[in-house]
Amino acid sequence: MTSVEVANLVKEFTVRKGLAREKFRAVDQVSFTLVPGRTVALVGESGSGKSTIARILARLEKPTSGQINVALDDGTPVGGSMYRRQVQMVFQDPFASLNPFHSIEHHIARPLQIHHRAKGAEQTHERVVQMLERVNLEPAADFAQRRPHELSGGQRQRVAIARALAPGASVVIADEPVSMLDVSIRLGVLNLLGRLQREDHLAVLYITHDLATARHFSDEILVLYKGRIVERGPADDVILDPHHDYTRLLALAAPDPERLGKVVSSENVPDRSTLDNSICYNHFTASWEEAEVRATA
Amino acid sequence: MTNIVQPAGVDTVDSTAQLAAIRGGGPRKSRSALRLMLPTPTPWLITGLTLIGGIALFGIVGPYFTMDPTEIRNIGLTGPSAEHILGTTQTGQDVFAQLALATRGSLEIGLIVGVLATVLSAIFGILGTYIGGFADEAFSLFSNVFLVIPGLPLVIVISGFVPPESRGLWTIAVVLAITSWAGSARVLRAQTLSIRSRDYVSASRVAGERAWRVIAVEILPNLLPVLASQFVFAVIAAILGEAGLSFLGLGASNSSTLGTMLFYAQNGFALPLGAWWWFGPPGLIIALFGMGLSLVNFSIDEIINPKLKNVRQHKKRTKVAAKAARRKERTR
Repeated sequence: MTSVEVANLVKEFTVRKGLAREKFRAVDQVSFTLVPGRTVALVGESGSGKSTIARILARLEKPTSGQINVALDDGTPVGGSMYRRQVQMVFQDPFASLNPFHSIEHHIARPLQIHHRAKGAEQTHERVVQMLERVNLEPAADFAQRRPHELSGGQRQRVAIARALAPGASVVIADEPVSMLDVSIRLGVLNLLGRLQREDHLAVLYITHDLATARHFSDEILVLYKGRIVERGPADDVILDPHHDYTRLLALAAPDPERLGKVVSSENVPDRSTLDNSICYNHFTASWEEAEVRATA
Repeated sequence: MTNIVQPAGVDTVDSTAQLAAIRGGGPRKSRSALRLMLPTPTPWLITGLTLIGGIALFGIVGPYFTMDPTEIRNIGLTGPSAEHILGTTQTGQDVFAQLALATRGSLEIGLIVGVLATVLSAIFGILGTYIGGFADEAFSLFSNVFLVIPGLPLVIVISGFVPPESRGLWTIAVVLAITSWAGSARVLRAQTLSIRSRDYVSASRVAGERAWRVIAVEILPNLLPVLASQFVFAVIAAILGEAGLSFLGLGASNSSTLGTMLFYAQNGFALPLGAWWWFGPPGLIIALFGMGLSLVNFSIDEIINPKLKNVRQHKKRTKVAAKAARRKERTR
């Protein structure tokens, strides 16, 4: 099993404004750990840096500074092609993440072949069918022959999950895996992820903007605002007892049947303009922390 | 707060999957992705393919069955007859035999230039773009420079510079190819920029695919329709360009093409003497071949432009629906 330790991750993008170049800090001093069997949810609005963190972890982007340490149980560090085998990603949009030219079989067979999990055409096909059955796509042999455009959104996302697990990954980054799906299908895909996590003892980073699924699906929640973590703690604590104004704002944004009919007065709603991302409430230590303290730590 | 009810243990399979499981009993026929990319057979496509096929067949097979195109007879400039289907030239050579050989020569040039220009544009348009950064800038600058080089004057200068003895078919082909790839490279660059940032390319990188495999297996197939269309255009441009060069007397010295036929017809005063059978057929073949290729290109356009494809599919669907409605009415 593999755990991931992310420390002081920073990612800056260069933005061109006319002739001038400006640095934009998308991710600022983010630290967290992913442990086998546990799910960490990363919650935040669009543009808060969630997907950038996912892409850095998947080695699609290079961090400006900070460390990502991936290590096996015995402490052996993981790097190179081993990293790709251990850390895999499920993309947000299942309609974009499968190549329209290739069959479903190709999408799952390639990672198997690259990471030497199957030899020869016959064994590869057998493995592909096994993988598809694991994600409840049956009849699997039939699905393997199809092309992405013949599948529904939920089915495509199952294929994407099967592809992520094909190399034998033990760390899965799920970048808003259900946000593009029909509401009626979301639970099925999330439960599938949950089941696979239990079976394979996976470490999961679940990225979402939906607090409800974050609480349902994860053990720990990190709230990200403008590239910084502003609140962290056990899932129930963060949702039921939000301390940071931004978390309270997010919680209010989720529809709640108990609030039905009640008028949300402006006194109860935190003011967006005064939101401060330089402080972070840590539920584990039950205290506020300054961003600068974390920066030097 | 949480209002999600979790069914005990079992994953809920989405309804579409269940439906598919009910419907699809046995394994289905696999559908080739290439077949999905083929244009739908339309009158335009069939006309185009027939024209291309006919002319290509004439160029390939024709020279074996005609008489010697260089044989000089004392029946200069006679009109079409049973013996000489398309009459004779000023020196009594058989025009039909010359036409067959010239068609073959022009097709050769077209094919060579088409392949060379497509390969060059693919290298400069796709490779640099995928690598990105400095390579992209350099390749892009290079193709921009080639784009603004005035093609025909450069071709004339190079052709004029190379002595006629060494000015063979390949020299002309290479000259035409290096002046015609840049436009296609820019189109390919734009397409590649769009495709390389798609999730499925990122996903294959996350899976651990090597760069060349990402380009060849994940990106290139999605560019096939564009490449095919550019190849067809390159062939048209090459045949026309070569005809122009040869007409000016700057063409390949050791081969006979439709352009050289027109050159000799011009020098032999075919037009003032009214020998239409000498300059007419080669001109007509160039025009018809160009038309055929253009018609094929319109059909390829339908694949590249999904809007056009949907229009045709929609028309077909409404047609089928109308037919079914009529049949229903009749049975009633």
